[in-house]
Order: sequence, then structure tokens, then C-alpha cells
Amino acid sequence: MSSTAQAVHYEEHHQSWFERWFMSTNHKDIGTLYLSFSFLMLFVGGSMAMLIRAELFEPGMQLMQPYFFNELTSMHGLVMIFGVIMPSFVGLANWMIPMQVGAPDMALPRLNNLSFWILPFAFILLLSTFFMPGGAPAAGWTMYPPLVLQGGEAIAFMIFAIHLMGISSILGSINIIATILNMRAPGVDLLKMPMFCWSWLITSFLVIAVMPVLAGAVTMMLFDRFFGTNFFNAAAGGDSVMYQHVFWFFGHPEVYIMILPAFGIISEIVPTFARKPLFGYKAMVYAIACIAFLSFIVWAHHMFTVGMPLGGEVFFMFSTMLIAVPTGVKIFNWVTTMWKGSLSFEVPMLWAIGFIVLFSIGGFSGVMMALVPADFQYYGTYFIVAHFHYVLVGGALFSIIGAVYYWLPKWSGNMYSSFWGKLHFWSSVISVNVLFFPQQFLGFAGMPRRIPDYNVAFADWNMVSSIGGFWFGATQLVFVGVVIHCVFFSKQKATSRVWEHAYGLEWTLPSPAPHHSFTVPPVIDDSQLAHGDVTH
Amino acid sequence: MNMGPDVSGNSILPKGAMTMSSSNCMRRVTGAIAALGTLLVSMTAAANPVPWQMNLPKGVTPISHEIWDLHMAALWVCVVLGIVVFGAMFIAIFRFRKSKGAVAATWTHNTKMEFAWTLVPVLILIGLATPATIITRNMYNATDAEMTVKVTGYQWLWRYDYISYDGKPVTKVPTIWSRLGWDSNRARQLDSGISPWSVVDKQTGYHDYLLDVTEPLVIPAGVKVRFLITADDVIHGWWVPDFAAKRDALPGIMNDAWAKVDQPGIYRGQCYVLCGQDHSAMPIVVKVLPRDQFNAWLAARENPAALDKAARTAEVTPQKSGPEPAKG
Repeated sequence: MSSTAQAVHYEEHHQSWFERWFMSTNHKDIGTLYLSFSFLMLFVGGSMAMLIRAELFEPGMQLMQPYFFNELTSMHGLVMIFGVIMPSFVGLANWMIPMQVGAPDMALPRLNNLSFWILPFAFILLLSTFFMPGGAPAAGWTMYPPLVLQGGEAIAFMIFAIHLMGISSILGSINIIATILNMRAPGVDLLKMPMFCWSWLITSFLVIAVMPVLAGAVTMMLFDRFFGTNFFNAAAGGDSVMYQHVFWFFGHPEVYIMILPAFGIISEIVPTFARKPLFGYKAMVYAIACIAFLSFIVWAHHMFTVGMPLGGEVFFMFSTMLIAVPTGVKIFNWVTTMWKGSLSFEVPMLWAIGFIVLFSIGGFSGVMMALVPADFQYYGTYFIVAHFHYVLVGGALFSIIGAVYYWLPKWSGNMYSSFWGKLHFWSSVISVNVLFFPQQFLGFAGMPRRIPDYNVAFADWNMVSSIGGFWFGATQLVFVGVVIHCVFFSKQKATSRVWEHAYGLEWTLPSPAPHHSFTVPPVIDDSQLAHGDVTH
Repeated sequence: MNMGPDVSGNSILPKGAMTMSSSNCMRRVTGAIAALGTLLVSMTAAANPVPWQMNLPKGVTPISHEIWDLHMAALWVCVVLGIVVFGAMFIAIFRFRKSKGAVAATWTHNTKMEFAWTLVPVLILIGLATPATIITRNMYNATDAEMTVKVTGYQWLWRYDYISYDGKPVTKVPTIWSRLGWDSNRARQLDSGISPWSVVDKQTGYHDYLLDVTEPLVIPAGVKVRFLITADDVIHGWWVPDFAAKRDALPGIMNDAWAKVDQPGIYRGQCYVLCGQDHSAMPIVVKVLPRDQFNAWLAARENPAALDKAARTAEVTPQKSGPEPAKG
């Protein structure tokens, strides 16, 4: 638009293919790398899930030895968390934050390159453990000692890979904070920023606060396994419960690292297709900040059955339930944003609505398991598995897919097939419920998680769940087709606005967005901002 | 299908060679119909898991009943909130459509509404957390137990030692080594060719695949039993859903849980903390006997030779030394 400076296009840079994709310091190229990497990892981790569901299709062992099943569940968790959800959010941040704050690029472009290129090496290390003597780590993604210490040499590779992923996330977060705090165009006040920027600003602080804690925990594990220390060895005065406390002090904020950016995305998509400003913008910002703070004081709800004192149980129950309040505010605000709007249901909106429903279901089960006595009956069962898959697949992954459908025309300059996008949505939203809803019943019936084989009473719901799993997995191939078609083959050009009521600086740029987003700061017209007129 | 715990006794002996079931599907369909019928009548029967089960078991202890009530309250609160929130959203979706000519309003806040939907959830949560706190306190009160049993988790079996009963230390009762039943163990091997549906408790008809043990823990009915729970190698978890007695079994740490079971029967559970390759194969079976039968059983365990055979009606298994705790 008028505020856009001279667009400097990629073609003018005369980079070779190798230079562009391996040496780039450009936020868009690195964002593409992040997203492509996590897309690849989605199918790596997804293949593991398919094998898991195949073994669980019927009782009895049909496909693999139990130890290999444990390797699969452990690696599935690590790959999906550190290889899919986190990097794809960083990829979205890379693409969108400079465009949303009116900057030419990220504040620290070379650091950006480094933080991405650490990741492929980390995952080569991690995935190579499958081919090592003794196999991949098989103690779950939570890696509880003493069990994890029974693993082979692969443990060292896993720990080093986690160190690398942690460094990558921390560097990425530093970059995001630096960009948001220093690179905003004049007129883009903090409280006029898109919610996506806000969610990432807060998430970045969580990442910086807790990834070192995880690094500390796994380093102690490394020393216990290879250098004869006894941090977690009860026989020598160590304490395996200490690991759980340290791990979950990282682990609970990590949960919010994987969902706060999703809140930001949904807060962008819903107002666009409701054609109505976001309800309670400031309340949304404060709710995210509040959730982020509370995430530091709830960690022991992951270990209610560990034998904590009564006072500890009650404290962590109340602090956990408190989180439901700001989370509820967010849900209510999205629904109210739709109320008296003028709604249309393009593909991104469908995914956002799917997110709200599925994330709420996951939130409801979260409230149930916050109740200590009830959690005694839920802990360690498939109810937990259903809960965190509702919030991570129905929540985080749905928001990421929604974000891709929302911004892909801006990135590629082409429109995708909305028929296939809608088909992808409907097939996903039905199959994800066939997949995970029965797991809640299995959990209630008492089926423990992380088991490759089960009593015949659990057979029927497991078969339903597996059918849903294969269906959901196959559906994601549609997504590959839609994205490839859109980027390389689509003849339908996107306008700069793309969506009728899309506001925010990114929509003032042409589609595809120029190589350097804003080479001179745009002149801000508040009506062009998503939240330019915040009066409360 | 199992229609509830039973007291019919000797169920844990090896059952001889198993044959491959050729009609699993039919069995499952008919079984499912039968089970659904049972479920509709009493979704909450105190029972071991049944096909198509959709809810928590109500259990057989005061604590498990309290938890079940709390669970149902929380579940209904969630259902109602879900109906309200999703209902509002779907009304918005159908009423305020651009295709129907809806024109967007421009308001972005409503202080009263925002205040209400902050305060009301707080009140609902306090309403749930208060009874939860009381129940938690009860769960933590293992005082005045008439019996103490030490539970030790190993890879991959459970060890039970009777510590005290009726105010007296129990010293002469041999340790119970409780590992996966041999039928299940044969059937669970990769490509065993043995159908899991063929593993049946001969006495009760319950399909106890992966839920049968060589020798169960035996406790008396109507007695408050305190379980001291620990582990010898990695972390395990001891849990009987019908008792709502559950605690991590941690090496180097002694946890406790308690249960007072009034209804005799066979109650089954599983290890719930990932403990290595055979995590799925260390079930927990607790046999609750009426007190007089239990006393006779205990006397027989203390001094099997001195007892008349007739007095051993409640015996669970022939005396045999348990297996050594297997490592690795």
C-alpha cells in the first residue's frame, strides 16, 4: 500500500539456490526453512504414531517387540514437541513478526540463521539413535530416571540433541524479543501490536526461563549415566523425584510455550472473518501474561501421585485451577468476537473454530484432572493421553494449520484451493475426534498409557481410536498437496489484502511479500492496524 | 463378561494349553452387545474393565465413591459449560453470517460481561476444589489401619509382604511374588499365535488377559489396610481403580495409600508408570476375602503343615516358592 517502501524483490539479490537456502539471513527464507522442517518432522513423528496405533489396533503383540514400542512413544513425543510444534511456531514468528511490526527483517539475522541450522543436526542426532545398539531412548519423552539410565549409549545422543534444541529455541526467542522491542515502526505501540506478536513476546520469555532448566536436568542425567554421579540414584542418596520436579518446572511452562502462540494466531483469524475487532484486546494480552506467570507455579500437578505432602497437593490444585480463569477469558472473548459479527467461513476460520472447540474439550479435561482426588484415578491413563492430544493436536497443530491457510497467500502470492482446504479441515476435525475421544473412555476404564498391549476389555475403543488415527494421518497428505499446489502451481493470484477484513501491517504489503518487508518504516494509519484503536 | 467382582476362589492356577480362538470377531460383537446392556443398566458398577466401558468405575471403597461423585460433578460442570460456550458460538455462527446479510457491530468490550465471566468460573472452581480438598485430606489419612502390607515394585512383578495385622506384627507369612499369569505371558509373546481372548479366568469367566497374576495379594474385607509402596529398581505405580488406592512406587522412598474394602471379590489393576519393556505385563490382583476366611487363609500361610485340609477352603494357590525378582 502507500505506506510500503520500495519493494526489494528476491530476484534482485542474485543469490544462488544454495546461498538462498543454506546461507540465508532473510527472515522469510528462514521462516520457510523452519516451516518446511517442521512439516517434514510432522510426517516423521506421524509415522511413529501410525506404527503405535497399528500395534494398538488389537490386543496381543503383532508388529513389534514391546521395547521398540517404548522407543516409538518416546521419540514420537520428542519429535512432535521439539521438532514440529515449537519450530513451526518459530517459523510463523519469523515470517510474520517483522511484517506485523513494520520491520525489514528480524533484529539479529545471522543469529536467526544459526538458530535454524542447529535444528537439523539436533534431529539427525536424535533420530540416529534408532540405528544404535540398544536402540533409541525408551523411557518416554519425560525421560524419568532411573528407567532412562537403563538405556544404551543413545542416551548421550538424546541429551546432546536436547541441548541443541534448547540452544536453538533460546536463540530464536532472543531474536523475537529483540525484534519486537526494538524494530517496531513508529506508531506501532506495544498495545497496538497484533496478538500474535504479543503471544510470542511472552512465550519467548518462557522459553528463555525454562529451557536452561531442562538443560540442567538432562545434564545431571548425563553425569549419572556416564560419569558416576548419583543425582537420581536412591541407593547412593540421590532422588528420582527431584528429577520430576526439575523436569516439570521446565515442562509446564513448555506446555504454554506450545499453546500461547496458538492463542495469538486464533486472535488474528477470528476478528478477520467475523469482520469485527477483537473483543477485549487488552484483556487478551493480560490473560496471556497471567497464564504465563501461573505456568511457573503449577508444575507439580504432573506428579500428584508421587507422594507429596497434603499441603503441596492442595496448593498445586488451586494454582492449577486458577489457570482456567484467564484461559476461559480467552475462549469467551473469541466467542464474543464472533457475536454480532458478520461471519464468513473461509478455510482459516474453519480451523480457528475447530481450534476453539477442540482446545476447550482439552481444557475441560484439564480442569477435571486438576482436582487431586480425581487425578488419582486419571493419572497415568489414556485420559491424560486424550487430554494433551486434544490441546496439542486439536489446539496447537490446528492453529498452525489455520495460520498456514491464513498467511500462505501472503507468502506465496497465490491462492490455494479452498475446496481441498475445506476437505482437509472436515476430514481432520472428524477423524481427530474419532482418534482421541475414545481414549478418554479408555482412560476412565483404567487403561494405562505407554503400553503396547492391553486387556481385551479395551479392544473395541482402541480399534475405533486406531481407525481415527489412520484416517487423521492420511488426511494430512491432503495438506501436502494443497501447499505444494498453492506455492508452485496455482494460477490464482492473491491480492495484497487477501481477506476482505484482514487488518494489520502485513496486509499492506504486496503478495507475495517483498524480500525485505519494510525497508523504510511505514507511516502508520491506525485504521490499517488490527488493533489500532484500542480504547479500553 | 465379568459382571462384577466375585468370591468364587481359586482362579489363579495355570490353565493348561490355550487354543487359538477362531471367532474373535463374533465373540467381540456378541460380547459388546452384552456388555453394552450391562453398561446401560449400571454404567458405574463396581467392576473390572468391560468392553465399551465409558466411565470410571464407582469402586468399592468410601474414597472411591467420593472420588466418583467428584468426578461426575466435574464432568457435568464441563458438559454444561461446554453447552453454554459452544451453544453461544454456534448460535453466532448460524445467526451472524455475512451470507445472511449480517452487519458487524463494532463494540469491543463489555465490562459487566467480562467481570461476570471472570467471577463465575472462580466460584465454580472453588465449588469443585473445596470437596476435592476434603477428599484429598481423607485419602492422606492412613491412620488407624488394622493391617499393613508392604508393596514393592520390580521389573516386572510385584512383591507383597504382610507387616502387621490386628495390632500384631506378621512375621511368619511368606512373601507373595505376584507376576503376570502364565497364560497371559504365553499369549502376549510376539507372534505367539494365542488369542488374547482365549485367556479366561476359569472361575469367573472374566477375560483376564494381562490382568491375571501367578499369586494375588489377599486382604480381609471390612478392614482398613495400609499399603506401604516402594520399588526396588525403577519407578512403578501401584493402583487398583476400584479401591482408588494409587501411589507411585519409587526406589528409596516409601509412599502409603489405604483402602477399606467391604465387598469381597477379585479386584484388578495395572502398573501405571512406564517401567521398561514389560510395563504392560505387571498387573495387580487383589483378592478380598471375608474376614473369617482371610484369618483361616493367613493361619494356613503361617503354618501350612499344621492345618487340616478342610480349613483351607479359602486357599488361593498351592504353596510354592515365588520366582526370584527378575532383573533386566
